[in-house]
Amino acid sequence: MVDAKQTVTEIVARADALYHDLEFGAVKRWKETHPGGKVIGCLPTYAPRELAHAAGMLPVYLRGAGDQVEIIRGDAYFQSYICQLPRGMIELALSGRLDSFDGFLFPAICDVIRNLSGIWQLHFPDKLARYLDIPQNFDVEVGGRFYAEELRRLLTDFEQLSGQKVSDDALRHSIGVYNTHRRVIQNLMDLRSEKPWLVPADETYLVLRAGDVLPVEEHIEMIKQYLQSVVELERPMRDHSRVVVSGAFCEQPPLGLIRTLERAGCYIVWDDMTISARFIAGDVSTSGDPCVALARAFIEQGVESASVYSCKKKKGSELCETVRKAGAQGVIFAAPSFCDPALLDQPMLQTALDQESIPWTAFKYAENLGQFQVIREQAGTFSDSIRLWGA
Amino acid sequence: MDNVDKEPSMLKQKEMIGAHFDRLAEAPAQGKKVVYTFVPGNLTELLLSFDVLPVYPEINALQSAMRKRSGDFISEAERIGHSEDVCTYVKCDIGMKRSGNIGPTGKPIPKPDLLLLSYTGCFTFLKWFELLREEYDCPVVLLHTPYQADGEITPSMREYMVRQIRSEVIPALEKLTGRAYDEDRLRECLELSRQAEDDMVHVLESAQNRPSPIDAYFGGVFYIGPMFTAFRGTKAAVDYYAMLKQEVDARIARGEGPITPDGPMGPEKYRLVVEGPPNWTHFREFWRMFSEEGAVVVASTYTKVGGVFDFGFRHDPNDPLGTLADYCMGCYTNRSLPQRVEMLASYAKKFSADGILVNSVKSCNSFSAGQLVILREVEKRTGIAGGFIETDLVDARYFSAANVKNRIESYLQMIEQKRSGKTEEVRA
Repeated sequence: MVDAKQTVTEIVARADALYHDLEFGAVKRWKETHPGGKVIGCLPTYAPRELAHAAGMLPVYLRGAGDQVEIIRGDAYFQSYICQLPRGMIELALSGRLDSFDGFLFPAICDVIRNLSGIWQLHFPDKLARYLDIPQNFDVEVGGRFYAEELRRLLTDFEQLSGQKVSDDALRHSIGVYNTHRRVIQNLMDLRSEKPWLVPADETYLVLRAGDVLPVEEHIEMIKQYLQSVVELERPMRDHSRVVVSGAFCEQPPLGLIRTLERAGCYIVWDDMTISARFIAGDVSTSGDPCVALARAFIEQGVESASVYSCKKKKGSELCETVRKAGAQGVIFAAPSFCDPALLDQPMLQTALDQESIPWTAFKYAENLGQFQVIREQAGTFSDSIRLWGA
Repeated sequence: MDNVDKEPSMLKQKEMIGAHFDRLAEAPAQGKKVVYTFVPGNLTELLLSFDVLPVYPEINALQSAMRKRSGDFISEAERIGHSEDVCTYVKCDIGMKRSGNIGPTGKPIPKPDLLLLSYTGCFTFLKWFELLREEYDCPVVLLHTPYQADGEITPSMREYMVRQIRSEVIPALEKLTGRAYDEDRLRECLELSRQAEDDMVHVLESAQNRPSPIDAYFGGVFYIGPMFTAFRGTKAAVDYYAMLKQEVDARIARGEGPITPDGPMGPEKYRLVVEGPPNWTHFREFWRMFSEEGAVVVASTYTKVGGVFDFGFRHDPNDPLGTLADYCMGCYTNRSLPQRVEMLASYAKKFSADGILVNSVKSCNSFSAGQLVILREVEKRTGIAGGFIETDLVDARYFSAANVKNRIESYLQMIEQKRSGKTEEVRA
């Protein structure tokens, strides 16, 4: 028990240090221990990290500058009505914090991230700045074929950057490693929805965010150890409501906001803050053409997301299903200000919830938000209302 | 332009648009099918070959704004839960639908029989039609146009587009209309497009003259109207652009400048390149801020949003589906930032511009994100003065007339100072 407590404390402390280190010391240490190794920074939401892994590179998710870096130069690049994340990215780059990165991947998620890829091409011509067009057509023979070709082109770029030719076997091996990663994350998510009092929201968040920067093998071990230890702890079950948090898939809420929600009486039993590593549900096939397997998994196993055209099901049905599966009592829509994908999605998702009598509340944030009192009151009132009256 | 003598092309365009909205209003009674789609990357020729009527929600939104109706529509959308942060075109359209969907001619716009989601250069389009899908009980067919991130169209991108058109869009239109795909008919439409495109480019390029016979931004939005909407691929569009070309050539011969809402513009003092869409809620007032100062826009990127034709692209009847793919992928907002910089810098040179001005609209991240970088790059490459103003597309709350006017005047003074500086340098 004492050991378990200490293990959890140490894991969370390590994850916390990684989260707060915007000098990316872990990346620098990785480069020291992997001479000649290349690091690719991946913007939200989903990047096929298997490709970078197979090329011997370290893929690192980049999510802006959070609430730790004062934005000075970044603001000169964007108008007031553009979200916060790209300002943070520019600030990190211009302040030299991203110097140890060799390339950047900009997945198609919205027009801002798309155009940020162009800013990178113009401003940092000595670094790989690669936009990845994800398919919005979900026919395997149409969108799948295009995406597999996109993945092959990306792999070629990674091979050139790393100087390492990637065999199909190597890529299949990397897919297998990430399958394990997806499974252990799912285990953590399952525990979270079963016994949220054992895995507080901020801890879960930090442990999952550690995967943004750690090599995947290390992160798998970290989650496994955390899961083994945390179930041994005696943590009190509080009279909290159970909520799903939706809309925070790109620019991240500050850690203080996540803590605020739980302190306000909400157990977060599912969220999309850390959806990147869960974007593909289940295993990716490790047989056949690995690029085709990744493309097929994206098409057939990709989760509902505001950045992806919804054609498979009625809009919001997946969110309602998530609420039911996670045993949640309500949904908190937490979206970054000026986030077109999240905010344009909300009315449709809210309608779907209304039709199933699932209560919800909504607020906006920015990654550098510093005051949480209003949100605490709102979340507290929401939690009280669904516990007392079911809505 | 109600206060001035209208040229024949203006009257013709008005007549064409009026007739189109009449056809739309009568479509349900006539059994005509109606397809909603977007301006960038539109497949108008293909739609016409199936004899269906296109509706462009952005056009409805901007026309609502010009008629001072957009404010109410946006309020209605916000009342039902749409955020104040998001695209006002979308909110205006949703609000208009909820308010009876009455078109600019006062007649109702029919419900769509099909939503053709041409996802080209604007992520919001995806969300927009997801929202419309909730409003209407009709099928949706998506055409995903890959982005020219590396400044080129790869064979894979082209193949993807063609495959989507062939295996998804055409079958959806066949199912909708009960007609078989008629490639010969499509080729005929594409040939008419090509002819009209030649004349439209001639008109836009006429701004190289001094004085420029056209304003390529405020006037330009009228010139692109038929080409970017329901008329590309028709004989009416060919006739319109031939007529417009004649009028512009005549103005060049007479040494005349553009016609503004207040009549012929006075002496040309400043030649500008403009990046970004215009504001529609105060369109005339906005234009007047330029024309009263003798500032004429000689080239603009907004007039390329529904197709970039001035670098050589023309619809090719010999490759019907491939050419549609190329057209879609070539639209302005589907081009990378380095391509946009390159285009603007080339305009500055080709049209002998004194400055580049960005009108940054709150609603459109596709245009706006990165515009400050674009501006600095173009200034660096061309040496011309850059200016920056902020407005919105159809939300009047974001148009501060005094502020915008001040900025434009200061900007033009800056150009003036730069000129005098150059003169001083030459004298020295």
